[in-house]
Amino acid sequence: MTETTNQSKPNRPEFRNIHAIKDLTTYRMPAAAIVSILHRASGAILFLLLPLIAWTFGKSILSEVSYTSLTSIFRDGASFLPGWFFKLIAISVIWAFLHHLCAGLRHLIMDLDHSKTSKTFGKSSAQVVFGISLLLTLALGAKVFGFY
Amino acid sequence: MTTTTIKNPASKTALRHWKGQRITATLIVIFTLLILAQLVFAKGPLGYELWAGIFSPTWMRLLTVIVVLGIAWHAWLGMCEIFMDYIKSAGLKSGLQIFTALWLLGSVAWFVSVLWKF
Repeated sequence: MTETTNQSKPNRPEFRNIHAIKDLTTYRMPAAAIVSILHRASGAILFLLLPLIAWTFGKSILSEVSYTSLTSIFRDGASFLPGWFFKLIAISVIWAFLHHLCAGLRHLIMDLDHSKTSKTFGKSSAQVVFGISLLLTLALGAKVFGFY
Repeated sequence: MTTTTIKNPASKTALRHWKGQRITATLIVIFTLLILAQLVFAKGPLGYELWAGIFSPTWMRLLTVIVVLGIAWHAWLGMCEIFMDYIKSAGLKSGLQIFTALWLLGSVAWFVSVLWKF
């Protein structure tokens, strides 16, 4: 993830301890660290997908016809891609959004109260973020795909 | 409550960005809960009637536009933070910021036009 260009001056000792392939994979990643990096990654992904989200929202809301043609993609697929592929994309975007939102709420709580910036709260709240965002994703995904 | 006076203009900007990120985040959370509740607690499978009905009142269209602008500002601040962390070259950073601004402006324009078309 961290890849900075090397522009350090000569004759100056350089201390680098992260090698993206050799070291990063051996890092011990506590729950809080995983939530943190996924917060950033999901934010960047949501930014990149924003035009697609805008287009999808437009299709869904413009008319009954465009709504039906959009939802039929989930059932029948489009061109050579099957329906489950589009369901997978939709559920991934929903999860990225809800994870980003829950992880952000965790930060807001930490901003409000110094007692919440502890190792134990960091761990338990990270686990809660994973739990709640996954539950909400399942609830919304099941609703969107007509399971209940 | 103690108040701190910040004199450095760069710190003032940073604090403004910090606040902006959190204010827009709060707005997005409230808006999401508003929509999510109407979807999850809806009876039976979702249909166009219910979905379009959520966004059809004028106040809801206006609120949605405000939230979309909030999302764009939130994303702008977040992307700038990512660029600050990983991109050292000033030229590349400016280029990426221009791309980000156009990407966001385009998305906002699309949302706004759709909300006033249906």
